[in-house]
Amino acid sequence: MKATSHRFAENAHEALADTRLAAALASFTRTFPEKRRQVVGRLAEFDALRDEAVALKTHVLANLDFYLERFEAKVIAAGGRVHWCRDAAEARETILAICRAAGAKTVAKSKSMVGEEIAINEHLAANGIRPVETDLGEYIIQIRGESPSHILVPAIHLSGRDIADTFRAKHAALPKGRALDEPEAILREARAVLREKFLAADVGLTGANLLIAETGSIAVVTNEGNADLIMSLPSVHIALASIEKVVPTLEDAATILRLLARSSTGQDITAYTTFATGPRRAGDPDGPAEFHVVLLDNGRSAMLAGDFREMLRCIRCGACLNHCPVYAAVGGHAYGWVYSGPMGSVLTPNLLGLHRARDLPNASTFCGKCEEICPMRIPLPALMRRWRERQFAEGTAKGAAALKLWAFFARRPALYRRATAMGVRLLALLAGGRGRFRRLPLAGGWTGPRDLPAPEGRTFLSLWTERTRRRP
Amino acid sequence: MSAARDDILAAVRRAVVGDPAADHAACDRRLAHPSANTVPARGRGTAAELRARFIAEAEAAAATVARVADRAAVPAVAAAWLAANGLPTKAGVAPALETLPWSRTPELDVGFGRAEADTPVSVSAAVAGIAETGTLVLLSGPRTPTTLNYLPDVHLVVLDARRIVGAYEDAWAMLRAAGGAAGFMPRAVNWITGPSRSADIELVLLLGVHGPRRLHILLVDGEAA
Repeated sequence: MKATSHRFAENAHEALADTRLAAALASFTRTFPEKRRQVVGRLAEFDALRDEAVALKTHVLANLDFYLERFEAKVIAAGGRVHWCRDAAEARETILAICRAAGAKTVAKSKSMVGEEIAINEHLAANGIRPVETDLGEYIIQIRGESPSHILVPAIHLSGRDIADTFRAKHAALPKGRALDEPEAILREARAVLREKFLAADVGLTGANLLIAETGSIAVVTNEGNADLIMSLPSVHIALASIEKVVPTLEDAATILRLLARSSTGQDITAYTTFATGPRRAGDPDGPAEFHVVLLDNGRSAMLAGDFREMLRCIRCGACLNHCPVYAAVGGHAYGWVYSGPMGSVLTPNLLGLHRARDLPNASTFCGKCEEICPMRIPLPALMRRWRERQFAEGTAKGAAALKLWAFFARRPALYRRATAMGVRLLALLAGGRGRFRRLPLAGGWTGPRDLPAPEGRTFLSLWTERTRRRP
Repeated sequence: MSAARDDILAAVRRAVVGDPAADHAACDRRLAHPSANTVPARGRGTAAELRARFIAEAEAAAATVARVADRAAVPAVAAAWLAANGLPTKAGVAPALETLPWSRTPELDVGFGRAEADTPVSVSAAVAGIAETGTLVLLSGPRTPTTLNYLPDVHLVVLDARRIVGAYEDAWAMLRAAGGAAGFMPRAVNWITGPSRSADIELVLLLGVHGPRRLHILLVDGEAA
């Protein structure tokens, strides 16, 4: 997808004016955190599992070369192939070449954030191969020509009526007067239409939630079963995964799987978890004849070397989106690229460059909820702050001039006290006893959607001095 | 190998060089002797407790469970359940279950082999049930086609109650113990917990998106036939 992450502020402004989006987000940000809270409450060992998962992933990242090589050897031993790709362009070409070799006309896809990251759909379509999204939400936004607004529920920004209208427009061969009022009816139609696509697809393309070094297996989780149809019907299966997805053993996979669904959808486990190892075996009545794993770096090895290694622990559960007050206000599209919410604010500048995502590290209230609920205990606020520090050092931070002015006074305490005391008295005077400002010159951006509480006429420092004098 | 491979591995090695946690001998040991991390208490218990938990968790995930006295009773119980629910009687059955007395249920139109696009009902065989989340474990193989698990609208799964284990790790141990020289992982290990579902439309939970709308577990209590 085409990134608009550089214009977060404008995107967010538009999103805030969208009342339908606000309604969808409100219902969503009530539902998911509550489901997570309940399901985590049923598992006394949840925090112990988090600690283990952090230790496990830290170990893997320090030994990533070892586990990747072992994973590759095991895939090959199982009859599969591994394709290493440095960047998005290499991954696109690799996938296209596999599809061409298979003589593919259509490719059935299950949801893959890495697939969005490398914009594989656009590339296949430009080369005469039709990509078909099969996850219900992804399919809906694909036929609308949109991009996902959430990594788990991509069509969260749409109402049932929006979807029904889209189906009427796009499924032109079906009877005009059919009823699509109920979500159930929309589902039946999607199932029937997509069933044909599964059966016709020459190649199946999935992501992978985990790569298992011990066995050369990929693990894929879904609730719909679409990835499983993709992994059993087409004659070629391509799994696209970034390099940090590897774990050592099946036991380690179990530990992470206990955290994944609980954190994301608030389920103990998703309906389907599949471990796929190589192509169809001798005598097997179904399964693909070819099994390819496309291993993508695209910035991960640089993150491993730098200040953002901890972000590579991310398992893409979406919990930080579900709990984020900024995401709840503006939704996923405002972030302007594949990854949204707090994890997107850290990841996108890593993958696209800070200059193309300059507002994202600032799209935070620093409430700390994301770090609190992250199953992999990624210090997301600290990592966002790291990007802000970098912006400040580069002189590209918003408000850097104001901060420099503040720093001038802060280094001169006597002057600081006099200046702030004056400022506070002036503001109190201007507020005229109303206790708040509806509008403030030079701060219209801040006071547009909210009031600024007016100072009481005294600074904290002067109150503190008086208080300590009174009670020595 | 490819230049991309060399470049990526070199970049990774540069990134971790001197890291005190980099220890390939420890990695080797970890892979050679896989061991369990924390196993939740809900994955432990007596056989009776695990059986009860498996049923409760599977039902919580919207599966239905029927107790069957012995394997020979499976066709009759399956036929009765399909009839009681007004469901189709044409069923694709895993060849692994071919030895069951299907001739006693002429009302069922059974075929053995993989599922086709128009197979409305399937009957497949699970190798294990995992109590902690009510999860079925099915393996691909010549006599256990994977398509039976996903294509039909109605999925019946036969599970020997003695194959109910507590936790995911127990299922891996079972698989490793049974594994042959060519490796113990079949092409596909399918964990299935309840029927297919989605909340993509207005967060309303709907069943049967791409996979089965109904998952019915036939839990065989008695001795193996």
